[in-house]
Amino acid sequence: MILTKQQVLNTNKAIVTEKVLTVEDLHVSFTTFGGEVQALRGVTFDLYKGETLAIVGESGCGKSVTANTIMGLIPQPPGKIKNGKVLFKEKNLVKMSKSRLRKVQGVDISMIFQDPMTALNPTLQIGEQLTEGLRTHQKLSKAAAYTKAIEMLNMVGIPNPKERMKQYPHQFSGGMRQRIVIAIALICEPELLIADEPTTALDVTIQAQILELFIEIQKKMGVSIILITHDLGVVAKIADRIAVMYAGKIIETGDKREIFYTPQHPYTKGLLNSVPRLDLLEEELQPIEGTPPDLFSPPKGCPFTDRCPFAMEVCGEVYPESTERSKTHVVDCWLQDERSKLFS
Amino acid sequence: MTEEVLLSVKGLKRYFDVGRGEKLKAVDGINFDIKRGETFGLVGESGCGKSTAGRTILGLYNKTDGEVLYDGQSVHEMTGKERHAFLKKMQMIFQDPYASLNPRSTVFDIIAEPMQIHGMYETKEEMRTHVNELLEDVGLNRDHANRYPHEFSGGQRQRIGIARSLALDPEFIIADEPISALDVSVQAQVVKLLQRLQREKGLTYLFIAHDLSMVKYISDRIGVMYLGHMVELTTSAQLYDKPLHPYTQALLSAIPIPDPDIEESRERILLEGELPSPINPPSGCVFRTRCPYAMGVCAELKPAWLEKDDGHFVACHLNDVQVMSRSDAIPVHAKSS
Repeated sequence: MILTKQQVLNTNKAIVTEKVLTVEDLHVSFTTFGGEVQALRGVTFDLYKGETLAIVGESGCGKSVTANTIMGLIPQPPGKIKNGKVLFKEKNLVKMSKSRLRKVQGVDISMIFQDPMTALNPTLQIGEQLTEGLRTHQKLSKAAAYTKAIEMLNMVGIPNPKERMKQYPHQFSGGMRQRIVIAIALICEPELLIADEPTTALDVTIQAQILELFIEIQKKMGVSIILITHDLGVVAKIADRIAVMYAGKIIETGDKREIFYTPQHPYTKGLLNSVPRLDLLEEELQPIEGTPPDLFSPPKGCPFTDRCPFAMEVCGEVYPESTERSKTHVVDCWLQDERSKLFS
Repeated sequence: MTEEVLLSVKGLKRYFDVGRGEKLKAVDGINFDIKRGETFGLVGESGCGKSTAGRTILGLYNKTDGEVLYDGQSVHEMTGKERHAFLKKMQMIFQDPYASLNPRSTVFDIIAEPMQIHGMYETKEEMRTHVNELLEDVGLNRDHANRYPHEFSGGQRQRIGIARSLALDPEFIIADEPISALDVSVQAQVVKLLQRLQREKGLTYLFIAHDLSMVKYISDRIGVMYLGHMVELTTSAQLYDKPLHPYTQALLSAIPIPDPDIEESRERILLEGELPSPINPPSGCVFRTRCPYAMGVCAELKPAWLEKDDGHFVACHLNDVQVMSRSDAIPVHAKSS
């Protein structure tokens, strides 16, 4: 395959640049009436400067818990970070005091949520919500914050920003609200932006507009993005690297093309085969049968064993070691072991 | 699929009163036929009127104007016994499997309720046998009958909803976004199930959804709606290969394809702006405010519902030779820029 210049840049981007965030062996649990839910069971990944890492997986796989842990949004109790580190600029966010964490949240790391209506305060003018971060964190004067807010609204494509500053969230449509949420998240010029299903609540034509906006913003501001989504189409469009999560673990990570064209984990393959594609006429949908395991008592081996068409005896007993297929492509699966019959 | 028309929708309108003499035109004159045994997909973005259309067809809403004929019988003019009998033939599957099942009823009661209402069985034993059959048909088992909805996952709940819709042995099922609340891998399971049931029971589906890739996969023919109007109708293959309406073209190009090489090289038609209010829809063609090819004539004249090729209908002046020869058939964007 001959790569275009842009594709070479994309592939190399992840390797040559510096790390912004390192998550190491993160374990997070929640105590409930039914017992302890082990939402994250050892999550490890790096994020590099200026890249977009997509975390994909089905509901309950732990992708949002990962995002909320990085952002320091896990309520404790019922949540508990049992083990692991979140290193941002060499500081461990998990161990940081609340007051110091506040200086990171919203300034260096900010977050965009799924539903733009609940993310905005319905009783405050959007101008106030936009400038709040600047005034508290950067101690800007009212006038300076106002100018910056107008600039930001222009950047995210809101017409007549001066009049719009005085309006309330209900006076905006869904797409416009999400643009405002993005403006608020970016106004302090963070290094890391976490976007949790940012386009799921939007219609496709509006989603297309917002995705273009993300690409444009990343070019202009060089922010690193963690994108949490279940939509593989969105991932194909804006991600550089992909981490696939299943039952509280990252089971495969790789460059976008490695995951889409040479997926190794049977779950990743299953996920790709179960989405219908608009561009193919005759295709067979292959659903993954069964359901994900119960995280109250997660299986000791590979959590995908029960649904996996290639499951072997060892899979149910021992969690597979990580295999490096390339510098960027890592997969946790026993099929990668040379002792397995299907080893290729 | 046969050529026999099972359901015929003619000029159907459904307006909602929103006070101060204003009307919200949720469905504003749509026409289509559904043939026996086919799957007809109805797509569009939120607020386009697709769900209202589905509910009006079933008679859950009264019509404002137009006609819905089922097997030649007008759905909205049936009364009493007639309507009771008709509802046995047409059933609905709802979007949210969490909200559409009564949390206080067991799965048995949920599935058996329609049978009791219609007095289908003499004894409880017969009914239990049939409920068990239905549970097995949808991939659950008879032990599930005594459990409550909260004990099931989203995909399983949707299976219960499907079993309930099949309880009366219907001919026609309206599925209103039956998979959009489910996870991707489970969506494929449910779609496969719907297809198998269609083959086994000879069902006809009206499949309402916003996800065009899944609709294209399951449907024989697709109708695209925008702001209460049907803008294009054709087979799923034609719709993807040769979309005629600018809105269909934009909609198709907005859907991201899970393939990086294709996705990065694809030309995209980005629509400007957002959906206008259905209380005050634009004059002429409702899409003209966002249409990249809007012409002067589009504000004046409502586009006709034309059959371009065999069975390929579109409502757009660009496809109307007569309109295109008018003097005001020139793009407005050329003037304004």
